[in-house]
Amino acid sequence: MITPLSWLKEYVDIDVTPQELQDKLFSCGFEVEELYEVGKDISKVVVGKVLTCEAIPETHLHVCQVDCGEHGQFQICCGADNVAAGGKFPVALVGATVYATAKDHKTVEGVMTIGKGKLRGYESHGMLCSGVELGVSENMYPGAGYNGLLVLPEDAQEGADVKPMLGLDDWIFDIAITANRPDCQSIFGIAREVAAVLEKELKMPDLSYTETDAEIPGFKVTVDCPDLCPRYSAHYVTDVTIGESPLWMKRRLALVGIDAISNVVDITNYILKELGQPMHAFDLSTLEGNAIHVRRAANGEKITTLDEQELTLTDANMVICDGVKPVALAGVMGGLNSEIRETTSAVLFESAKFARDNIRRTSRALGKRSDSSARYEKGVDEYATVMALKRALHLIEELGCGKVGCTHADVNTGNSVEPREVKVSIEKVNNCLGIVVPNDEIVKIMKNLALNPSIDGDVLTLSVPAYREDIVTYQDVAEEVIRMYGYEHVVPAFMPSAQVTIGGLNLEQKSELRLKNALCSVGAYEGIHYSFFSPSDLDLLRLPEDAPERKAIRIMNPISEELSLMRTTLAASMINAIVRNQKKGNMEGRIFEIGNVFLPYELPLTRYPDEKARLCVGIFGEKESFYTMKGIAEKVAETLQISFTYEAMSNTFLHPYQTARVLCEGIEVGYFGKLAYDIADDCDLRVPVYLMELDLKVLSKWYGKKPVFTPLPKFPEEQRDLALVVSKETTCGEIEAVMKEACKYITKISLFDIYEGEQVAADKKSMAFTVVFTPKEEAFTTESVDAFVKKILKQLNKNCGAELRS
Amino acid sequence: MNAALEQIKQEILSGAEEIKSSKEAYEFRKKFLDGKTGKIGLLMREMKNIPPEQRADYGKGVNELKEWAMGIISELDTKMKAKELQERYEAEKIDISLPPQGSEQGNLHPITLIRNQLIDIFAGMGFEIYEGTEIETDYYNFTALNTPQDHPARDMQDTFYLSPEFLLRTQTSAGQIHVMENKKPPIKILSPGKVFRSDDDATHSPMFTQMEGLVVDKGITLCDLQGMLDVFVKKIYGENTKTRLRPSYFPFTEPSVEVDCSCFECGGKGCKLCKGTGWIEILGAGVVNNKVLENCGIDPNEYSGFAFGIGIERTAMLKYGINNIKLLFESDLRVLKQLND
Repeated sequence: MITPLSWLKEYVDIDVTPQELQDKLFSCGFEVEELYEVGKDISKVVVGKVLTCEAIPETHLHVCQVDCGEHGQFQICCGADNVAAGGKFPVALVGATVYATAKDHKTVEGVMTIGKGKLRGYESHGMLCSGVELGVSENMYPGAGYNGLLVLPEDAQEGADVKPMLGLDDWIFDIAITANRPDCQSIFGIAREVAAVLEKELKMPDLSYTETDAEIPGFKVTVDCPDLCPRYSAHYVTDVTIGESPLWMKRRLALVGIDAISNVVDITNYILKELGQPMHAFDLSTLEGNAIHVRRAANGEKITTLDEQELTLTDANMVICDGVKPVALAGVMGGLNSEIRETTSAVLFESAKFARDNIRRTSRALGKRSDSSARYEKGVDEYATVMALKRALHLIEELGCGKVGCTHADVNTGNSVEPREVKVSIEKVNNCLGIVVPNDEIVKIMKNLALNPSIDGDVLTLSVPAYREDIVTYQDVAEEVIRMYGYEHVVPAFMPSAQVTIGGLNLEQKSELRLKNALCSVGAYEGIHYSFFSPSDLDLLRLPEDAPERKAIRIMNPISEELSLMRTTLAASMINAIVRNQKKGNMEGRIFEIGNVFLPYELPLTRYPDEKARLCVGIFGEKESFYTMKGIAEKVAETLQISFTYEAMSNTFLHPYQTARVLCEGIEVGYFGKLAYDIADDCDLRVPVYLMELDLKVLSKWYGKKPVFTPLPKFPEEQRDLALVVSKETTCGEIEAVMKEACKYITKISLFDIYEGEQVAADKKSMAFTVVFTPKEEAFTTESVDAFVKKILKQLNKNCGAELRS
Repeated sequence: MNAALEQIKQEILSGAEEIKSSKEAYEFRKKFLDGKTGKIGLLMREMKNIPPEQRADYGKGVNELKEWAMGIISELDTKMKAKELQERYEAEKIDISLPPQGSEQGNLHPITLIRNQLIDIFAGMGFEIYEGTEIETDYYNFTALNTPQDHPARDMQDTFYLSPEFLLRTQTSAGQIHVMENKKPPIKILSPGKVFRSDDDATHSPMFTQMEGLVVDKGITLCDLQGMLDVFVKKIYGENTKTRLRPSYFPFTEPSVEVDCSCFECGGKGCKLCKGTGWIEILGAGVVNNKVLENCGIDPNEYSGFAFGIGIERTAMLKYGINNIKLLFESDLRVLKQLND
């Protein structure tokens, strides 16, 4: 909320510095996001009187002797066409700062410091300034818009600072207004808070006017949709003369960033800023049927707004119609057909409350925003609605641009604009805060906030003005009390009355943290990726049309297509992360992520989807292999005190022969494998990439497994090395399974060598294992172990065609 | 006889100078001191051939020689071993500036680090950790939190919708309601999680992480909020950190506050980090709005509570001096490797 100090001062006597006011506002909940002097970039510019002015031959320049009073007399060269002896102009002294302009002398291109110069051989000690160079527009000072020097009045004192003269010494407060205080979305609203916090009297805007007998015979307002328009008031103004607004009004509008248009339109804009009430003025001559009719638009109904755009409406939009046709898109913009023109001689003012949500939706759906719609979206109160119409009529009289007729319409749903009575318990207010605020302090604060307090025992009775819709309960009152009393009065306590609770992580959270730490211990770094991904990621993974991963939940209003689907796999984000790393020159590394996938039961969603955590690991680099990833899988199993088994499998994005399904107790928990080469090529990946994805929701059934202690064997273990010749197709897993099946005493099998080559047949390979036998009931003899080996070899031969290597 | 001892003595003295290694020292010892074959040993064996009246003198002379020889040779041995150890070390001199080998230790994401740190602090105060779902309903994310359909506060948050009913939660506060619906006071929960808003620039990411805290019990007041925040802020930013409450607005708390802490960079004097104010905004909080308690079937006449919400990324960025929030979600190893805390 842009708030000029000079405008605030119209309603409150402010006797503190702008910085002090900023601090006061901050402490009571109004953060001043920016505070600056209007002329913050202008310095050392004073009134100068041109004593002599001589043309420099063959140029458009003049060389002038300028009297700057106490600052001295200077020779200044000037190229403006209106420089003349005897005139008074702003002089930027040497060392002054003013705006630099482009060649058009209009476009500001930053701030410049004035130095001594020489033009065509003539020394120049300063610069005579235009309005643009001082940041002053025509609306702020008459003549400032001229493309030449800004002419100062004859009575200006030579040497005086020009800033106060031009209003450049004013201050602008840009104040953040929280959503619960729409009543402060106006200069007057801010003034109410300033008055309260400075404990000053609030001066009311002048609402007086005199009605003439002029009327619109039979004029009638009807509202078909009171839910969208709880209040609609209108008043008739005759004898209108469209013209320019006075300087004071144009200046104020300019300070808040609004261009002056014409007196009647300026009044509506002025009131929007002053009181926070959007107003509209219709040219009465364009209204037919002596009526205003507020209704929902018909589907397909069209209106052309002031900005000459034709809009097609739906019944979600609201229109203001005369007796025949729509003349305004309610709350957003007036219709072109009823706009104020130079010829307008009679006006109908509208001041209405429209439902904020309706205006917001209309504005967004049609892509049409205005100061009015922005204001309605925040919510207006009927107190301001009623007040604003009176203020507009007063300003019509004050500006002398019309006469107030007697036709007045006010359609409402019975909401009172009178204060409401609110009763709260003082004890409850204090209990909420945890401190005891003295009653006289409470009364003082409530008085300052114009809440008219009275106390009877524990009961605080307030008379809450209609614009404070946010004050209803004792908690609301507690907030008002403490923000004015000061948060520094809150005394730190530590829940003296609360019961002791036992906190901490639950099993699932602890297990995930253990997993993360275990993965760090194998050199992996944790990454976090967005929960959404791109449809193109599904294509990257070569997923077929009917793949379950393609049944992803779509965001209705995504930021972009790349971030439009909820993840159904973490693999794509991991590939993208690795691609980014390689592009930045990281040619090896390990990354893991624990994140959710979102699997809908049906689309569109009618119930919560299956949202479940997954672990994804991505490793890349020349040192990595299928087996290093398998080692990471084993690390996960070890951390959870479980064991994994692996089966060959294939999917669309991994190497057909270097991919494993991971199982625990026969239940599938995920997969890992090497990224398929076509995908690696698509992504320009230059080193091997391996991916693993494990379903933590499935794994969570084993969370919390405690290590079980197995007593050390009473008898010594025996160990045998077996070198087997098997067909190349035979897997290590098969052999291990057969061995374990053949002998219950085997506690460990480790492969220590694989050989293919001259010493074995071409279609064979040799695999060498160390097998550990652990005795249970009694010690082994050499014969008993030999017997185990014999049985194992027999089974291996039978099941895998394995032979002992000779 | 003395001549024989003297000769051995001389032999040892001259022989010792020739010894170059501990192995030679060992052989040298054997040569003289071995019980069976050593020269001094042999002298002892001669005892039986010595006339009895001379035996005492003879024995004394040989023993003295033996002890003297043991001393000399042990010293020699020690010297050689020390010399050899030194040579061995010298032979193994390496370039200690060569790159390290062996398995690399990874680290947790800065968001997880901060999250764990906060969890530790609050778990110690009796908070349970509750993680809600990222996909929520409009009811739990807004309506139950006193933000009905046309409430102005909805404009504060640009929401991603998945259907008219389902959305990506914009705040972890959504989890509050689930907890309060299912658990009666005393309630102390901490709810960390990903939240989503349609915002995308250097300081805003469409996904970020919040941690919501909620306490509901008998007699909870604004003072308890201040007290708990003081403890929390000192633990995370240091003993001398101060907190400041100032009025703000959230639909689900009343009164609502923004909490600033004294700048941990400059200690409150004013610097670039705190933009000269001496204070840094760290979280939003407030007394739980009675309407929220009522929505969850908790009687506000009996119970009251406070809630607070911390932005984890902001905390991480402040703590580690990270300048762009996007860096946290790109898994750039050059970034992740630096943030080992």
